[in-house]
Amino acid sequence: MTMRLFVPRDAGAIAVGADEVAVAFEQAAATSGIAIEIVRTGSRGLYWLEPMAEVATSYGRIAFGPVGCSDALSVLEAILSGDTHPLGLGIAEEIPWLKRQTRLTFARCGVIDPRSVDDYRAHGGYQGLERALTLGSDTILAEVTTSGLRGRGGAGFPTGIKWKTVAQASAERKYIVCNADEGDSGTFADRMIMEGDPFVVIEGMTIAGVAVGASKGYIYIRSEYPHAVEAMNAAIAAAKRAGYLGADIGGSGHSFDLEVRVGAGAYVCGEETSLLESLEGRRGIVRAKPPLPAHKGLFGKPTVINNVLSFAAIPFILAGGAKAYAEFGIGRSRGTMPIQLAGNIRYGGLFETAFGITLGELIDDIGGGTLTGRPVRAVQVGGPLGAYFPRALFDTPFDYEAFAARDGLIGHGGIVVFDDSVDMAKQARFAMEFCAVESCGKCTPCRIGSTRGVETIDKIRRGERVADNIAVVEDLCNTMKFGSLCALGGFTPYPVMSALKHFKEDFGPLPTHLEAAE
Amino acid sequence: MTAPYEPWDETRGAEIIAEHARLDGATLVILHALQEAFGYVPEPAIPMVAAALNLSRAEVYGVFTFYHDFRKQPAGRHVLKLCRAEACQAAGGDALAARAEAKLGIAIGNTTADERVTLEPIYCLGLCATAPSAMLDGRVVGRLNEARIDALVAEAQR
Repeated sequence: MTMRLFVPRDAGAIAVGADEVAVAFEQAAATSGIAIEIVRTGSRGLYWLEPMAEVATSYGRIAFGPVGCSDALSVLEAILSGDTHPLGLGIAEEIPWLKRQTRLTFARCGVIDPRSVDDYRAHGGYQGLERALTLGSDTILAEVTTSGLRGRGGAGFPTGIKWKTVAQASAERKYIVCNADEGDSGTFADRMIMEGDPFVVIEGMTIAGVAVGASKGYIYIRSEYPHAVEAMNAAIAAAKRAGYLGADIGGSGHSFDLEVRVGAGAYVCGEETSLLESLEGRRGIVRAKPPLPAHKGLFGKPTVINNVLSFAAIPFILAGGAKAYAEFGIGRSRGTMPIQLAGNIRYGGLFETAFGITLGELIDDIGGGTLTGRPVRAVQVGGPLGAYFPRALFDTPFDYEAFAARDGLIGHGGIVVFDDSVDMAKQARFAMEFCAVESCGKCTPCRIGSTRGVETIDKIRRGERVADNIAVVEDLCNTMKFGSLCALGGFTPYPVMSALKHFKEDFGPLPTHLEAAE
Repeated sequence: MTAPYEPWDETRGAEIIAEHARLDGATLVILHALQEAFGYVPEPAIPMVAAALNLSRAEVYGVFTFYHDFRKQPAGRHVLKLCRAEACQAAGGDALAARAEAKLGIAIGNTTADERVTLEPIYCLGLCATAPSAMLDGRVVGRLNEARIDALVAEAQR
């Protein structure tokens, strides 16, 4: 019998040798006369175990990792003989790190062949769309609203309300746009789902199209993600062949088409109005709101623009029902959040769980602390525009409002861990510098404030009039926060101010009495 | 080794532009396609794009200069991009970046005098759980350490 092996084609796995391991398996099988079939899947998201290979057995899929090329033969032999192997991890789904999760959005990621519609369907795919087609627009909108789903890109705006606004707008053309410009450092959930289960994104966008009456969609993927671009293009082609995209989807009378567009290295294009400008072929300059994209979006038409993870949550909501989704979570944060543990962390990866888990559980318990083994000093939650939290705030539950109440944000769910060797003044400077480089230049607080911020933090780091210059930074941050047009300038103060507030000792000697009296 | 690029040729450029000109909002698509063919966006192509899309030269030039990806001149034979964002910083990326700069004798953002290697920053490859990471001519590499960055630099110099 042919042995079915699963080796990820996820970029994170490829970066640590998955392609070479797949070749090594083929060679080892050929030389020892073992018949194997290798399926390239996405990643399960247990990155410290990548490349993680799995084999299908009558007990379920048995995992091995991290597999090196030289392990290929011994792994195959262990599978055949049933012996234990030092890299053996047991049944994949039973690995505690995976078992503790609630995988609604990522249920199929790392399991199925991301190029195969049939495999997607065999694992529950397209049930959401099938139900949606029987429900009609109003009921779909009600389901999405009832689920409590909020924009997973970071802003947390209720998805149902956004869709309803577009559904109610009258126009001869409407658009669905997927924001796959996942530029935040420490985040990779969009990349993973696009590479590991691209059909779930396509299905979510198709449901959105049916709900609001749009027949054309775009997925704007950043150029730093070539593997995701390839995976989405392949999946779109497969969905078209299978009749899930194009005219008259599944005989429903609805037509929907999708096109991938590739960004060009501008971080600000993750901001929705800047992204729309870029899609229209222009500089990624932020638009003033109103008008909202829901009223005047892409090419001036009503547009649903959502993050990858928002669309990817939709098929479960439609297939499993809004209530099933809303049962997870706390307060106004309903459902699950794919959280990404990154940076200097022992067990880094994708951890999807209901809202409400505390930061401390995520870092210490699930993440296992730092990879270097040194104490955790700071964690940045929510990307380059997210606040740095010290250990004292580790009791914060993962929830939009709880983070906001502590001058932070959950953003796109990325957590970057730093050990005690971090210089927080340097991190604050980096936040300002990044904003200065990536600012689109339209509004003054962001364009000028960030450059002044870099200069002023440099003065502080050189020990020049520290107290005065900290006051200048605080003033700049205040102006940027309330005066910027979008989140780039408006949120850059979060990392800067949190570094100042929680790690003041890194900003030079505390002001003396004399200095304060000047 | 990066794909061997074609030398700039006006007829070929016009063909590439015509291939995509009918798409809605085609500017970025065309600039990407030109760069893929020639390794950079040759200046004579800018007015051609403008004419094809019924835009002003200034508009097309503005788009070209706004985005970090588009090149004014060809890169070195190999392009090594080092992720410089927070997750890689947390995992020791700064020291490795400095090491690569020292080995190549250039600062990030430059090309070696022999035009073999262009060293560039990149802000997040999405490989944050296997940080620090890099990309050599489109190939991603994670879990960098001194030995692995040295090997990458050596490979780029070949």
